[in-house]
Amino acid sequence: MAEKFDAIVVGAGPSGNAAAYTMAKAGLKVLQLERGEYPGSKNVQGAILYSDALEKIIPDFRDDAPLERHIIEQRMWVLDDESYIGTHYRSDDFNKPPYNRYTIIRAQFDKWFSEKVQEAGVMLICETTVSDLLMDGKRVIGVQTDRLGGSIYADIVILADGVNSLLATKAGFHPEIEPKNVALAVKEIHFMPQETVEARFNVSGDAGVVIEMAGKITKGMMGTGFLYTNKESLTIGVGCMLSDLKYQKISPYRLLEEMKAHPSIAPILEGGEMKEYTAHLIPEGGYKAIPQLCGDGWMIVGDSGMFVNAMHREGSNLAMTTGCFAAETVIELAAEQKPYSAKNLARYREKLDASFVIKDLKKYKNMPDVFHANPQFFTTYPEMLNQAAHKMLRVDGIDKKTKEKQIMADFKHRRSLFGLMGDAYKLWRAFE
Amino acid sequence: MNANAKVEEKLFQNRYRVDSGRPHIRIKDEELCATQCGTQQCTICCPAGCYTLEGNGRVVLITDGCLECGTCRIICNDFRNVAWEYPRGGYGVLFKFG
Repeated sequence: MAEKFDAIVVGAGPSGNAAAYTMAKAGLKVLQLERGEYPGSKNVQGAILYSDALEKIIPDFRDDAPLERHIIEQRMWVLDDESYIGTHYRSDDFNKPPYNRYTIIRAQFDKWFSEKVQEAGVMLICETTVSDLLMDGKRVIGVQTDRLGGSIYADIVILADGVNSLLATKAGFHPEIEPKNVALAVKEIHFMPQETVEARFNVSGDAGVVIEMAGKITKGMMGTGFLYTNKESLTIGVGCMLSDLKYQKISPYRLLEEMKAHPSIAPILEGGEMKEYTAHLIPEGGYKAIPQLCGDGWMIVGDSGMFVNAMHREGSNLAMTTGCFAAETVIELAAEQKPYSAKNLARYREKLDASFVIKDLKKYKNMPDVFHANPQFFTTYPEMLNQAAHKMLRVDGIDKKTKEKQIMADFKHRRSLFGLMGDAYKLWRAFE
Repeated sequence: MNANAKVEEKLFQNRYRVDSGRPHIRIKDEELCATQCGTQQCTICCPAGCYTLEGNGRVVLITDGCLECGTCRIICNDFRNVAWEYPRGGYGVLFKFG
């Protein structure tokens, strides 16, 4: 007779760890399965950690978690081929503990989080890929792993298996992911002395800067780029929706190379040593792309459930929060001695609906469609804005009033007055 | 920093434990790629360059450098011609930083 657990968690990323930790703390017998050599070895992120979500799980995480830099400045750049126009926001308030967010290196952070999970009593088995869910009719009763005799049973299975959500797809819980709902991001990490990072970003101690970018770096595709400061390294990456990449003739690594060669970016990376190249899908379909989240004996958390707020570059916090909600649902039902039926697990969805997770995703529910249908936001506007700034700032004997007229004429020529008004309306509708 | 840098040079920085003789991704019907798929977009979109287009119009897949992202599986939505699994536990790419 195979061993049976109260709960099985598939995956040891932020959502799986949050779920496993919370359930074990409540005294449940939890098994967690991870396909990597150790937790983190298969996981990829930019990466930003938002303190709030983790604080709710491990209040004193700052004591020993491997954190890189706390962010005191956020830059937003809109890039043309040779220039960028943007905003920088730096506040000394962000430089006062407790810090609000940090850059992290996922392979190290996930390993640390997993140690806490194991200390809480979770049994973790690594190097084990879950190949299928075990079903009894419509009810999930366990998992099939790739190990010999790999059937393991539990009362509830929590799917924290990441963006590809293979297990739920195979089980028919949701259809295959559509290219319009995921972005492919490619990223490199470049090492350089700590002093160099600090000098280039005008920071000291453990303070850091993040740069989010949009514009011609994505060649008209819906997507963004980023550059984050770690202690003694920088991560740089670019991501585009698969529905756009599907019709491009440029490879993702070429896109990244061209971004790195941008005259505003190349000097920041100068002299760094590239030590890893990664790629990862990001579920950016938003509210409308959220699949069915629970059924008899199963729940979906984290990336697997499309829990990413693409507009605000938030993901790991949604992952942890959804993991906690799923775990709390299990704990409550166990205490009430109620079965983990689809009907009872609907409580998970109610918790999500009442929280920032669904509220934020709902707020931006039209954003993906608006950007998909209007590529001018990624090409024409970055060009227009950069050229307008260039014209106004270049001193060449032409009076400013004439320059303004030229800029307005250029805007109207390129987008027409109705086009400009329409675009403004679309953006307003998408953000409201 | 060369715009023509080869993906192989990037992958060289990564750590892998290759499951020799047991590729985790497979093209279901190679004939279909060669004759019916006009774009063969996997040869462009794969961030690890695992798919190459041969002179005779055939697509060849070598999964050794795979970053396990899932792009090939999802962009092949017109034909669903990619059989995609994760590598066996412990095998595949092993991120040092992630």
